[in-house]
This record gives sequence, structure tokens and C-alpha cells, in this order.
Amino acid sequence: MSVLVYTESEQGKFKKTALEVASYAKAVADQMGTTVTAITFNADDTSILGNHGVDKVLKISSSELENFNANGYASAISQAAKKEDSKVVIVSSSADSKYLAPLLAINLEAGFASNVVEAPSSVSPFTVKRTAFTNKAFNITTIDTNVKLVGVSKNAFGVKEQTASATTEDFSPSIPELGVHVDSVDKVTGQVTIADAEIVVSGGRGLKGPENWGMIEELADVLGAATACSKPVSDLGWRPHGEHVGQTGKPVASNLYIAIGISGAIQHLAGINASKVKVVINTDPEAPFFKAADYGIVGDAFEVVPKLIEKLKEFKAQQ
Amino acid sequence: MKILVCISHVPDTTSKINFTDGDTKFDTNGVQYVINPNDEFGLTRAMWFKEKQGANVTVVNVGGPETEPTLRKALAIGADNAIRVNTEAKDGFQVAKQLANVVKEGGYDLVIAGRESIDYNGGMVPGMLAGLIGANFVTNCISLEVDGNNAKAMREIDGGKETVTTSLPLVIGGQKGLVEESDLRIPNMRGIMMARKKPLEVKEPVDASTETASVKFEKPAPKGSVKLIDADNVGELVNLLHNEAKVI
Ligand SMILES: Cc1cc2nc3c(=O)[nH]c(=O)nc-3n(C[C@H](O)[C@H](O)[C@H](O)COP(=O)(O)OP(=O)(O)OC[C@H]3O[C@@H](n4cnc5c(N)ncnc54)[C@H](O)[C@@H]3O)c2cc1C
Ligand SMILES: Nc1ncnc2c1ncn2[C@@H]1O[C@H](COP(=O)(O)O)[C@@H](O)[C@H]1O
Repeated sequence: MSVLVYTESEQGKFKKTALEVASYAKAVADQMGTTVTAITFNADDTSILGNHGVDKVLKISSSELENFNANGYASAISQAAKKEDSKVVIVSSSADSKYLAPLLAINLEAGFASNVVEAPSSVSPFTVKRTAFTNKAFNITTIDTNVKLVGVSKNAFGVKEQTASATTEDFSPSIPELGVHVDSVDKVTGQVTIADAEIVVSGGRGLKGPENWGMIEELADVLGAATACSKPVSDLGWRPHGEHVGQTGKPVASNLYIAIGISGAIQHLAGINASKVKVVINTDPEAPFFKAADYGIVGDAFEVVPKLIEKLKEFKAQQ
Repeated sequence: MKILVCISHVPDTTSKINFTDGDTKFDTNGVQYVINPNDEFGLTRAMWFKEKQGANVTVVNVGGPETEPTLRKALAIGADNAIRVNTEAKDGFQVAKQLANVVKEGGYDLVIAGRESIDYNGGMVPGMLAGLIGANFVTNCISLEVDGNNAKAMREIDGGKETVTTSLPLVIGGQKGLVEESDLRIPNMRGIMMARKKPLEVKEPVDASTETASVKFEKPAPKGSVKLIDADNVGELVNLLHNEAKVI
């Protein structure tokens, strides 16, 4: 009966979203009066999961599943759910989880609610709140199937700590036909990704040209942030497509989003609205971004950003 | 090659989002509908296959008669024929079930859908469809080539991209990158005239239950007004982000 949660790791280490979905699973399990089982793929030390509400860990060690594979992972999670007789299965909103979740839903004949932002308001009927219309609204949805699948939005529920420990058990699921094979991975290493970042620094057409991104990168560096950009900036080839955020780009749900030289078009805002605190730096006080932001500076980015870098360096030195 | 392109009919990206009937229904008043942007990239890639590799392209939507102008637009862009499954789209699973039936009856080798629709943003339909018909599946797809039965695709992952090989039958969830922004086509007069004569088949739905139900909608709480900081006092921003917002 336990609630099953898929806790993602990278190179053996758990991601922050793994701890967030574990915390979410614990909240659901408490409401249902049951326990939490986590499933992990090639993770090293799983003790941290106990501190976030997990009672039992099913540990998969498999060289065949070393690379993420949506079919393989969905099948393994579904076998774990059947073994644990789980009525609720929780995943995150990472690119990988979003990839496997619909396949898992079909495997388990589970109704699926994605982009869920709060613990269920009721477990019978099972009722959750999710974002809709690219963050312009919320939708209250019931999941009416026997088994339920919930995809939790990043940074919406938060990471909750407890003092407890989890038991571990090795788990060897049968591995299906994988169907899709990874040939090569092209990933920037040593850089914070938009998906994982607590802080995102984003530049728009107001920066005039790609040669001016040095200060954006430096600001991101001081803050330990990821860099992003508006759509025209990636369309013009000033920055790679992977940095394009907004309604038709990547969604951003960071703690802090700093928009520099971005006007704040509705399609841009839709994709970054889930961020907790928004800062805008723009020469035009009428720019729509000022209506969406928490803090704003009306000023020229070429003057304000270097000053901001300097002040942040002073601040970091004092910490 | 027979290609099916799934077209979701969604409010234009600039639409104001409001609700009626005690916040249970989306208010369509004054809303312009468009082809879901992710599907537009997919349709354009399908046109490339048609022109370069001789594929036949069908577009499909699960929805009421009001979605037909959107399908006609897809025909004007160059699809060969269109299918509308005549039932209101209620949840991802029910739509995927209808599409699975269309794929089975039409024997499509490649299904191009979008990564997600911009209205309900489920990101569910393509994966569920692949699961239902037992096809391979690649989402967040930013490039696709097909050679006989083999396919090579690129997919955006967190922090980069990966290249994968797979085979038909295949379902993809496409997005920007699948074709360049500048390759997107606007229907011309000739296309619009020709689209009028192309077949748009209305298919009755198969039995399919829903698995989820929408109870109501809520709008985000109104935001407080922005706190402005003087451009000569940037240190104050650092101070506020640390002491007030507590994000650095
Ligand atoms: C279907 C569709 C989907 C879209 N999806 C997206 C999306 O996902 N993401 C996205 O970003 N956009 C999207 N757009 C585009 C969107 O409508 C805007 O065109 C875009 O966001 C504008 O980018 P920008 O703010 O960088 O540029 P602009 O609108 O040109 O704004 C530049 C800003 O910089 C300011 N500025 C100029 N000089 C300086 C300076 N020296 N210092 C500081 N500020 C300065 C200006 O005052 C201005 O406000 C979409 C559009 C459509 C039609
Ligand atoms: N009613 C529908 N009719 C046809 N295709 C759809 C429909 N709804 C969703 N799709 C397809 O599935 C993709 C993802 O939609 P969604 O799962 O709703 O986010 C869309 O980009 C379309 O390609």
C-alpha cells in the first residue's frame, strides 16, 4: 500500500528534486496513513532519503539502465509499484520524469496529473492543484483511477526534513526492450543547468549583441546561477537554443530570476512566472516586466550590471 | 512513409485567461485559436519529409467542430488530408485512446506530436499514445531523420542534448529546434484555396473513459507592486535580496 516515489540521482548523488518529491510523498503517505518507498537507479548512499520521509528504499543497480531510458525506467518503476501494491506513485517534473511519466501511467493504468504544486487537498477523491495555461492559471483536478500518478512541479512543495532512517532492499526488475538507444550526450559540465538552478540570470534583446554576454556570465558566476535568454536572443543565434526560456522554451521555477534587458512579453512571463522572486533591470520604466517583478531597477544594464557584480562580490566576501 | 501529425487547437499565446460557470469552464470569449506552437514545428518537419522523402501527411485533432479552421490551416500549410475525431477532449488519456485508434486504422509509421500543449500543458498525450500502441517514443525532440525503418533523433535534456537511435513505428514529442523558427510557413492564397478541396474526415470516437476530471480553475493571487530601487543605489538590491527576500 505504500506510496512509491521515484528519486532521481545523477552520478550516484541525489538531486534536490529527489528530496522534494520524497518530502511530497511523505505528506501524501501521512494523509493516507501509510509509508513511503523510494526507488533509486544506481545511487550510492541512500541514507539521505530517510531524512526526507522515506521508510524503505528499493535499490536498483543495473549496468543496462546506466543511461536514462524512459521505457526501461518506466517498466522498473511500474514493477516496483506492483510489488509494493502502491496506490499512489510520485515523480518530479525533470525532463527525464516528464519523459517516463506518460509511459508509466499506461503501464499502471494510472490517471496522471502533471505540474502539481501542492499536497492533495483530499485523498478521497484524490484531488490536486496543478498549473495550467502555462502558469496563467491553476486547475483543481481529481484522479479517479485505482492507481494514481502525480508529477510534482519543481520548487513548489519544498524540501522537508525529518529525523528518521530508511531500510534498503536490492531490487532487480526485469528489463524490457529499450527501443531507444543513446549514441552520444552533449552536456556542458561544471555549469549550473536551468533545470537545477536556484538562481537564473537571463538576458534579452536589450543587451544589443552576443559580445555583451560577458557581464551576464560573470553575474551568474558570482551568484552560482544558470544563464538563460529570451526567445529573440536565441533565434538571432546570440545564445544557444537550450537557454531560451518562456512559454515555448524552457520553464523556469527558480528561487530568484533576474531579467536584464527583457521587456516582459506575455509569452516570456508565462514561462518564468513560477519563479519565487523576480528582479528586472530595464531602461524603460513602462516595460511590462515591472508589473510582474518583485524588485526593479530602471536603468541601463551596461551601468547597473557591473555595479551589481561589484556589490555582490563585496557581499559574498563578507559572508 | 505515412506520417500522422497531432494538432492541438489552443488559445493564442497572447490570450487573457478567464473562466466562466463558477470557474469551471475556460472563457472562450474573444479568444483566438492557433495551432499549438510545438505542433507547428512538427508539421513543418513533416512537410520536409513529404517534399524530400515523399511522405504522405495526415493531420488529426480530437475535438469539436470548432477546431476545423485550425485543421484547415494545417492543410493550407501543406498536409494532404485531415481527420477530426468528433468528441470533446477531456483528459490526456481519453485523447491518447482516440489517437491510438486513428493510428491503428490508418497504419501510420511515424506520429509527430508536440512536447506539450500550451493550454492544458499535460505533456501526456504523445507518451500515452506511444505506450498504448507499443511504438518507440522520443520527447523534447529537436531533430529527426528517418532512413527506411531507422530513425535518428536529438533530444533536449537538462543541461544539454543527446543523440539517440530508434526505429519505426515511432512517436515524437517535438518542439522548437525540430525546424528553425524561420522555416515555419504561413499559408499562402494558393494553399488556402487548395485546402478547401482537401479531405477533412470526421470520425466518430471509440469508447474511452477519462481517468481524471477537472473540478475548477483558479487564477493566481494578484501580485503586489514592484519595489523600485534607484540605479545609483544597487547595493540596496543586494541588501533586499538577502534580508527581505532571503534568496541570496
Ligand atoms: C507564439 C509565440 C511564442 C513566443 N514564445 C516566447 C518564449 O517562450 N520566450 C520569450 O522570451 N519570448 C517568446 N515570444 C516572443 C515575445 O513575444 C517577445 O517578442 C520577446 O520575449 C521579446 O524579447 P526581449 O524582451 O528580449 O526583446 P524586446 O521586446 O526587444 O525587449 C528588449 C528590452 O530591453 C530594454 N533595453 C534596451 N536597452 C537596454 C539597456 N541598455 N539596458 C536595459 N534594458 C534595455 C528595452 O527597454 C526593452 O524592454 C513568443 C512569441 C510568439 C508569437
Ligand atoms: N485534442 C488533441 N487532438 C490532437 N492532438 C492532441 C490533442 N491534445 C494534445 N495533442 C497532441 O499532444 C501534444 C501534447 O499535448 P498535451 O499532452 O495536452 O500537453 C500536443 O502538442 C499535440 O500534438
